[in-house]
Amino acid sequence: METTVSTPVQNGRSTPLSAGFLDPVHDAQACFRAIMSVMARPGTRQKLVMCSEVPPEPLTPAAAAIALTLFDYDTPVWLDRPLMQSEAVKAFLRFHTGAPILSEPVEAAFALVSEPQSMIPLASFNQGSAEYPDQSTTVILTGQTFGKAQAVTLAGPGIKDTASFSTGPTPPVFWDQVVSNNRQFPRGVDLIFAGTAEVAALPRSTRITLTEA
Amino acid sequence: MNDTAQIYDQGEYNFAYLDEQTKRMIRRAILKGIAIPGYQVPFASREMPMPYGWGTGGVQVTAAVLGKDDCLKMIDQGSDDTTNAVSLRGFFEKTAGVRTTYETSEATVIQTRHRIPEKTLTEDQILVFQVPIPEPLRFLEPRETETRKMHALEDYGLMHVKLYEDIAKNGHIATTYAYPVKVNDRYVMDPSPTPKFDNPKIDEMAALQLYGAGREKRIYAIPPYTKVKSLDFEDYPFEVQKFDKPCALCGAENVYLDEVILDDRGGRMFVCSDSDHCEERRAQGHTGPMAANPAAAQITEKNQRETTR
Ligand SMILES: [Zn+2]
Repeated sequence: METTVSTPVQNGRSTPLSAGFLDPVHDAQACFRAIMSVMARPGTRQKLVMCSEVPPEPLTPAAAAIALTLFDYDTPVWLDRPLMQSEAVKAFLRFHTGAPILSEPVEAAFALVSEPQSMIPLASFNQGSAEYPDQSTTVILTGQTFGKAQAVTLAGPGIKDTASFSTGPTPPVFWDQVVSNNRQFPRGVDLIFAGTAEVAALPRSTRITLTEA
Repeated sequence: MNDTAQIYDQGEYNFAYLDEQTKRMIRRAILKGIAIPGYQVPFASREMPMPYGWGTGGVQVTAAVLGKDDCLKMIDQGSDDTTNAVSLRGFFEKTAGVRTTYETSEATVIQTRHRIPEKTLTEDQILVFQVPIPEPLRFLEPRETETRKMHALEDYGLMHVKLYEDIAKNGHIATTYAYPVKVNDRYVMDPSPTPKFDNPKIDEMAALQLYGAGREKRIYAIPPYTKVKSLDFEDYPFEVQKFDKPCALCGAENVYLDEVILDDRGGRMFVCSDSDHCEERRAQGHTGPMAANPAAAQITEKNQRETTR
């Protein structure tokens, strides 16, 4: 069966849900290119095309755009507590993406985090196996502000020499977790940071140096 | 390509042919490939309206990344004029309505088989490779379960033994195409059937490289500015092919040359394999030793006729 993001896959009761992207095919393509670009160039930022409707809180418009671009039946999604507690958020994601929502982080293809300050450790998610490292979880931190928090230095694939990256909020010892995540390469999670309108990413391949405060 | 023509004639097709669910699946595989440079990500390759040998892996990757504002260049054997390149370019013109070009510098997405353009690619470009056999260890170990284990353990001893046997037999590493590389100091990767002449170009390349193998259902990637090292030995360092003459038409040196037969009396010349590069140089007034030769001029003329600039 063929589906597009605009096709209702699970018609809830009489919900006020309508089209996600104004132009499902080209908006999803533009969002994907933004995500691909930042994954290929860690620490850089790209603008996302937003959905035509405002998603229910605490799901942010940028998070919704990423969800509509990448999620579907084949991608189990883990939600942090504030998202999981919102029936409207779950209905929105089910309606627009068809993705199964689950409570076990280790089984998730994607994780959506609305409260990064109190997020569970990165090691709780699927790290992939030595033979299939691609099976790991992609963790999406939402509500991010770029350029305000303490910066870290990035190096590795996609980065010419080094790059500086600053985002927040993040949990305490977050960057130590990201350092450990990189040390188990090729296993490990990939991180996507969703701001108000922009997106950034840190694949597992990026080496992090903490800058002394 | 008659099947393709029939599909076009039915009128209704998705943008860039693939349905949205398939594109999403391929897009997720591309992101994983970028995050794990050189690792082959399995994906559910779809039937395409063209035979596998035509580069269905590259076509699916291009279809998944292409947007309506992109400008696409399609190369086969270094040329935009071969049947394969013409057909695939027509496929995307028809199904995606995108602008296409012969000029390397104008393209935002370049799909290729066998060659990497001579002109240095930029950060704003994406290079998509059509890959027939993605597994560099396949000829040494036919079992997928075993090669997967070797990659997991970073056990590339077999590959080094093979290269060393090459040296023992020939006095040098005889592999000239699909010469294995190590990406980001981790995965051994097949750079697809490009000549080893092009291997240095994929090291620290500014453009994003995406590789698609349709029949073998694998996608892999090299992000920009990633270390890519051709496998070699301290006493037998990697070397690219050297040509003792410049291009006969444009005089370019340090480019990959193809042999062209001029007549049935053994006349021949060596010219740029990258036809766009050669034409651009000639348009700028560069000439090679055979540029004034009538038989050579005929070939030049033919190329110019087929190239709409
Ligand atoms: Zn030339």
